[in-house]
Amino acid sequence: MTNYIGTATSRVDGRDKVTGVARYAAEFGAPDLVHASIVTSPIAKGHIKRIDRARAMDVEGVIAVLTHQDRPAMADSDKAYKDDVAPEEGSPFRPLYDDRIQFSGQPVALVLAEDSETASYAASLIDITYDEEPHVTDFARARDKAVALDAPAKPRGDAASAFATSDVRHHADYFVPIEHHNPMELFASTAIWNDGKLTVYDKTQGVQNVHGYLCRVFECDPDDIRVVSPFVGGAFGSGLRPAYQAALAVLAARAVHRSVRLVLTRQQMYALGYRPAMIQRIQLGATADGALNAIAHDAVTSTSRYEDFHRNETTWSSLLYKSETASYQHKLAHLDLATSCDMRAPSAATGVYALEAAMDELAVALGMDPVELRLTCYSDRDQRTGLPFSSKNLRECYRRGAEAFGWDRRSGAPRSMREGRELIGWGMATGVWEALQMPITVRIALTSNGHAEVSCATADIGTGTYTIMTQVAADVLGLPIEAISIKLGDSTLPQSPVEGGSWMAASVSNGIVTTGKAIRDDLLKLAQHIPGSPFKGLSNDEVMLVDGAITSRANRRDAIAIADVVRAASIDRIERKEQTTFAKDKAHAHNTHSAIFAEVRVDEDIGVIRVARIVSAVAAGRILNPKTARSQIMGGMVWGIGMALHEETLIDHRLGRIMNANIAEYHVPVNADVHDIDVIFVDEQDDFVNPMGIKGLGEIGIVGVAAAIANAVYHATGVRVRDLPITLDKLTRTA
Amino acid sequence: MQKVSVALLINGDRTQLEIAPWTTLLDALRDRLHLTGTKKGCDHGQCGACTVLLNGRPINACLTLAVMHDGAEITTVEGLARDGVLHPVQQAFIDHDAFQCGYCTSGQICSAVALLREGRARTRDEIRETMSGNICRCGAYPNIVTAIEEAMKAT
Amino acid sequence: MNSFQYSRAQDIADAVRQSAADSSARFIAGGTNLVDLMKYDVERPTRLIDISHLPLRAVEETSNGGLRIGALVLNSDLAWHPQVKDRYPLLSSAILAGASTQLRNMASTGGNLLQRTRCLYFYDVATPCNKRKPGSGCSAIGGVNRINAILGTSEACIATHPSDMCVALAALDATVHVTGPHGVRTIPMADFHRLPGDTPERDTNLESGEIVTAVELPAHGFRTNYTYLKIRDRLSYAFALVSVAAALEIDNGAIRQARLALGGVAHKPWRDPEAEAVLAGQPVEQDTFARAAKVILRDAKGYGHNDFKIDLAQRTIIRALNQAAQGTPQSQSDKRIA
Repeated sequence: MTNYIGTATSRVDGRDKVTGVARYAAEFGAPDLVHASIVTSPIAKGHIKRIDRARAMDVEGVIAVLTHQDRPAMADSDKAYKDDVAPEEGSPFRPLYDDRIQFSGQPVALVLAEDSETASYAASLIDITYDEEPHVTDFARARDKAVALDAPAKPRGDAASAFATSDVRHHADYFVPIEHHNPMELFASTAIWNDGKLTVYDKTQGVQNVHGYLCRVFECDPDDIRVVSPFVGGAFGSGLRPAYQAALAVLAARAVHRSVRLVLTRQQMYALGYRPAMIQRIQLGATADGALNAIAHDAVTSTSRYEDFHRNETTWSSLLYKSETASYQHKLAHLDLATSCDMRAPSAATGVYALEAAMDELAVALGMDPVELRLTCYSDRDQRTGLPFSSKNLRECYRRGAEAFGWDRRSGAPRSMREGRELIGWGMATGVWEALQMPITVRIALTSNGHAEVSCATADIGTGTYTIMTQVAADVLGLPIEAISIKLGDSTLPQSPVEGGSWMAASVSNGIVTTGKAIRDDLLKLAQHIPGSPFKGLSNDEVMLVDGAITSRANRRDAIAIADVVRAASIDRIERKEQTTFAKDKAHAHNTHSAIFAEVRVDEDIGVIRVARIVSAVAAGRILNPKTARSQIMGGMVWGIGMALHEETLIDHRLGRIMNANIAEYHVPVNADVHDIDVIFVDEQDDFVNPMGIKGLGEIGIVGVAAAIANAVYHATGVRVRDLPITLDKLTRTA
Repeated sequence: MQKVSVALLINGDRTQLEIAPWTTLLDALRDRLHLTGTKKGCDHGQCGACTVLLNGRPINACLTLAVMHDGAEITTVEGLARDGVLHPVQQAFIDHDAFQCGYCTSGQICSAVALLREGRARTRDEIRETMSGNICRCGAYPNIVTAIEEAMKAT
Repeated sequence: MNSFQYSRAQDIADAVRQSAADSSARFIAGGTNLVDLMKYDVERPTRLIDISHLPLRAVEETSNGGLRIGALVLNSDLAWHPQVKDRYPLLSSAILAGASTQLRNMASTGGNLLQRTRCLYFYDVATPCNKRKPGSGCSAIGGVNRINAILGTSEACIATHPSDMCVALAALDATVHVTGPHGVRTIPMADFHRLPGDTPERDTNLESGEIVTAVELPAHGFRTNYTYLKIRDRLSYAFALVSVAAALEIDNGAIRQARLALGGVAHKPWRDPEAEAVLAGQPVEQDTFARAAKVILRDAKGYGHNDFKIDLAQRTIIRALNQAAQGTPQSQSDKRIA
């Protein structure tokens, strides 16, 4: 019997990607394509006073300049601009809508020309004057005026008193700066005009989210716009909400009745979303033997002036460790920037960083091994609700991770391990994320030549969705993977949620199983009509699809090739489209976990930090494809290196402007920064989370990594840096 | 607008272009010749997604003007496979899962092909340093290095 | 990018002639910096004079035993040139510490000399910058200035010169050969780049119409006791926070001659005869290194975010002098600091 699920499988789209055949949003065209370029605001707040476009219009090849003054109609209600994953509170940004400036880098004019060079040149000639108003972009200043959100989780007991009377106490503030996703592909949309209807090739994590948004904003019928996105050059959360260039490409196409491509520059992409800046205060109180008796976690995170984006940083400390008492607070600071948004493991990458750095500090205060402390506080139940986990093999993560890393050879005192001029530091941390799944619809068309097409409007943003869908479909339909083709990234395909939150693998895989069963049932009905059918009287569950045949479970020799069944019925295909919903399992908490162990080497004189190796042991339910799964975790770990050591968006608060809006001065890890990365998947069978026991991997890889590195840096140097990123100056400054 | 005539040998095909001087080699490939395998990731020489081989050596196609390369031989990712058979580096990238989203991949592969040809980088440290001009935001670096090592053994 | 006329120079004289005829023309060779700046609208030349085909690609020994490097020799060709690797390994190492494989395959020797600052404000036309727009003000002072200068700054500009290669050339006492409307001349590296003063728009002492034709290295290459130690915010493909080119001539445990040049700290590669004098004639000792570092940094001044560079430079100089003295130059691929 074929068993692709759980088997290391090379990406089915691999060949397209290594040969350059895979096409991304800016790579679709039309004979009469118009190229668009935007002009952005240099000020952070105010109004547009005057726009002089004369010089731009004089440039040969310029077709039009669109501004808020003369654009085609757009909807005028907030509701139209609220996409599926927009923050509940606030008024979404409307591109080119009116004269208001809400952030530096806001698009204020759109130039259309016959080629891209002309468009960007003409854009540089547009002269705009502004009425400037005072702005605040400095989180440190806005923090005092931050607004309290409803209590993020119910407090347990009297944490303040418990903390005050604890044997050992630790409290500190942890800072994470604004970070930008910086996917490698530039945000782009190509809107192909076809007699008033538009096909929009877009860089997005959710074609149907963009589709709905565009239809509402331009008040058109669902059939008038189709959004397509077969390949996405990374997104990491930046493509969850519709990016403004999609609306502007459509706006332009409707203005000139031609096909339009708009590619943002890397600099312009910095005015899309970002991980919010935040300060988190953690208080931990424990008994002398390391049992936590108080956790307090207060977060202040940043958003724009016009929308309240926030996630729940404090939720992670509220569920992870056993503690009698706990309290939480979350405040939101409003800045004159674009709205912050989800970025890989939103709230967990940051919240768990603070918690796990604090736990390390507590371990130091206790004189206890950091792993030992975690085991002492280990909880088999979600501390918020008291519910047991559907599965939680975190103990095994600690054990296997520590073993692979060689943790038992660690000498506990800081600055106690070295090689030559390098101080060696070993640090660890726990990672946690939630296991989610969303309603989804999958269509399968099985043809008489034994081929199946599986379609769903999901996305593959590099996660490997094409590949796992192929594997699952092959197993469910009993076909070789070569007989499966996948269609995704098209708004006309069956319903899918946005690809995010690590929920897609579970959602779409279970979706394929549902539809696959319907196909099996249809096949059985048809097979029962074949003269002399061995299946007469058998129920659906008494047959299975295996090795290209419908087969009796009881008697494997009773089998008829699927292709023969279809042909015998004188039809050329069987097609089913089924929705899958997930019953709410109210009896359990559902989470993925990990244990991360990191070794850093810090030059004693200079403070240069090298991450020599990281081991991450992950418990995430059923692993569909160990090969791509390992890559996803590894990618998250590389992000953790960036978060710990490199990434920071720098703002000039006088100008209210991001100054390192590029990837030369916004540092992400390069090849030389990444050494040995070891990923271990521990066995974790989960019978509750969803029928297939899949938990998802997109986020868990990054969670805890920055803390493990920060803790390792402390162990190496004896210097505790709580403000990310840990640049070398912070080590020597406090040394 | 001034147009300049340029002859380029791209992936073995002679191509004649009448082109404005401000068109970069990258935009000439992508917009004029529809060779979109070469990617635009930053347009400023900061990411390496646009890496192509100019007379056999990897360069950033975004920072050079097409008009300056009259008579030059250019190899893009589309020109590496021969008769449908993947270049060993391409195959190794698939085998070792050396990419995720695929957007930096063309540039990584072009750099890796040149790395093998030049033969200066042998150790993992040297491969990492030589490949550091190709950013992979998905974080596939360890697999990229392994793929290159494997291709090195195969060639 | 603005539109411009494009022409190819037939020879050096033609290049000079074309340049003299159009004051807003720019020479283009590798283009790695100029095209980048044009895309940001920082540079808006009306004409590009393509000099990339001129016969300036030779690396030749000079009659006095030095090496003459044509202005169009690519950075990578120079770094891997057998003569350079063997006789001037400091230069080879510095080049390989800079940029990326791809950029080094494009960038020319002359272009590397002429690359412009990476100051964040210089690159963003929406902000005031005296170097880009004289008289508009220096935003880096009081702004985001982690990467800016600590030595030789002025009230008008605190930009740094970003080159690694030039730091090595300065340490090696290279000279720059130029040809201009008034003939040929040579400029010592020490005088090639300027301090910002009140004319930060001028990076170098090249006169209008002059073109760099070659860089010449003297015979002494310090092939035994040298290092190029570059400290940056990630382990590769980033500009220097501080870099140190150190070259020593050691005889019987004593330093006969020392060269010390800093990158990432000033508007030009920073050399200081007084600091080198501290080293000359002294035994190889930590105290001597520390004193030399103190002297070269004696006028260093931080601007907030970059205050740390003063201490970092002090430590990096001492380490680099140790590397040079011990003959254990910094590897550019093994990131452990030797």
